[in-house]
Amino acid sequence: MVIVGLPLAALVWEATSQGSQSFWDAVSSPEAAAALKLTVGASLAVSLLNAVLGTITAWVLIRDDFRGKTLVNAIIDLPFALPTIVAGLTLLALYGPTSPVGIDVAFTRAAIVLALMFVTLPFVVRTVQPVLQELDPELEEAAQSLGASTTTTFRRIVLPNILPGILSGVALAFAKAVGEFGSLVIITGNIPFKTEVSSVHIYGRIESGDSAGAAAVAVVLLGISFVTLLSIGAIRHYATRHDR
Amino acid sequence: MRAVVSRLGLRAIALLYLAIILVGPLAIVFWRTFEDGFAPAWDALTTPETLNAFKLTLIITAIAVPVNTVFGIVCALAIVRRRFPGKGVLNAFIDLPLALSPVVVGLALFLLYGENGWFGGWLSEHGIQVLFALPSMVIATIFVSLPFVAREVIPTLREIGDEQEQAARTLGAGGWQTFWRITLPSIRWAVIYGVILTTARCLGEYGAVAVVSGRLQGETETATLRVQERYEAFDLAGAYAISIVLALIAILVLVAMTVIRPREETA
Repeated sequence: MVIVGLPLAALVWEATSQGSQSFWDAVSSPEAAAALKLTVGASLAVSLLNAVLGTITAWVLIRDDFRGKTLVNAIIDLPFALPTIVAGLTLLALYGPTSPVGIDVAFTRAAIVLALMFVTLPFVVRTVQPVLQELDPELEEAAQSLGASTTTTFRRIVLPNILPGILSGVALAFAKAVGEFGSLVIITGNIPFKTEVSSVHIYGRIESGDSAGAAAVAVVLLGISFVTLLSIGAIRHYATRHDR
Repeated sequence: MRAVVSRLGLRAIALLYLAIILVGPLAIVFWRTFEDGFAPAWDALTTPETLNAFKLTLIITAIAVPVNTVFGIVCALAIVRRRFPGKGVLNAFIDLPLALSPVVVGLALFLLYGENGWFGGWLSEHGIQVLFALPSMVIATIFVSLPFVAREVIPTLREIGDEQEQAARTLGAGGWQTFWRITLPSIRWAVIYGVILTTARCLGEYGAVAVVSGRLQGETETATLRVQERYEAFDLAGAYAISIVLALIAILVLVAMTVIRPREETA
């Protein structure tokens, strides 16, 4: 409580002590608003990509069988174990100005999406995997033997069961993406109005001594984190009620 | 036949996805670092500033991990085994560091311990330097790595139930004795798994520490801060060399996770 609650109280205090008008001014300044819009937009896009690609990856890891699957399964957690600043640097090495494959996305919005995809990769895979593991493959086989196509089987049998898993994974990925900092610092170049996300914007405000402005935007991010956590709680609650 | 085709197709998508996002970039950095042999990378690693940065990272980790291990076990026990007012709040607060931007964490600490902060005046009167020094960096690291042990231990505690603990109590064991002899052995793999995750998070922390450390070269620069400093100084070889060491640690963490996860699940 002292470690988490007190600093956050100080943060909210700093953001609101000048009155709601200056809080609103700081959040709605053109640069801050552009950064917030970019942050939420890119995070939503990445969450959707995660929902599709993460679910496919989880399905392959559970239902498919091939050599080296254990290794592939272990690699999923790499973004979690690798420092974010190293993630940014490695992405720049392959998709930056000195790219050996001729793709250069450095300092563009595509770089933001790429970096966010890297750091959020494990979430959906790791929330869908256990649910899929529990789901009896015989259900799918039964549906197919009754003449259902692969897509119908997925839509009618698999998806309803793994949907809570996908949703809570997507919510976790969204929360992580909104707050991401380390992997974006190097690869996006932090160009205001173009590639500057909110966490980088906050950092810039701190550096230039405007801690009230930084705190105002930080409180918005804090609010997004809270709402996301609450919705994860609601999804879990709904999923367990569904079981019974 | 169609089922086989779609199965292979999905496998190809999944593997390609992982190759493009994860494996490819990391492989390039390994290749670039050792392109000119082992010696340049070694030289870049053994400069005094870089060695100092690694030392600082290790010191911070060595303080933060034990603190969070004890805190995590205590919190998990409180949440699973006890009823008290504010339990819901504690439960929600534990997860917050996972969803919060590290820069926001850094800023919150900055505002608390800074010159005009709530504690800033008192601290500077007593000549205690927290901000731009080791204490604030340790606190920031503890904050961001707070939930991992508790989150691993909570489900395990729920699963094992408290029948054995009650049996031990009935047979006359005290609170401590029950904890050491019964509870701790049955949650040990969950604790170890949580400690590994915590360690990885501590070693890799960047955003929160970047805000509170002031980035004084050779003084408050951790390994991750050093990576960016080297990159901005156009010393790519130096940035890559430090990154490789951090990536190798990450791979060790993955190996440990892979070895321990099945034990945790069967325990």
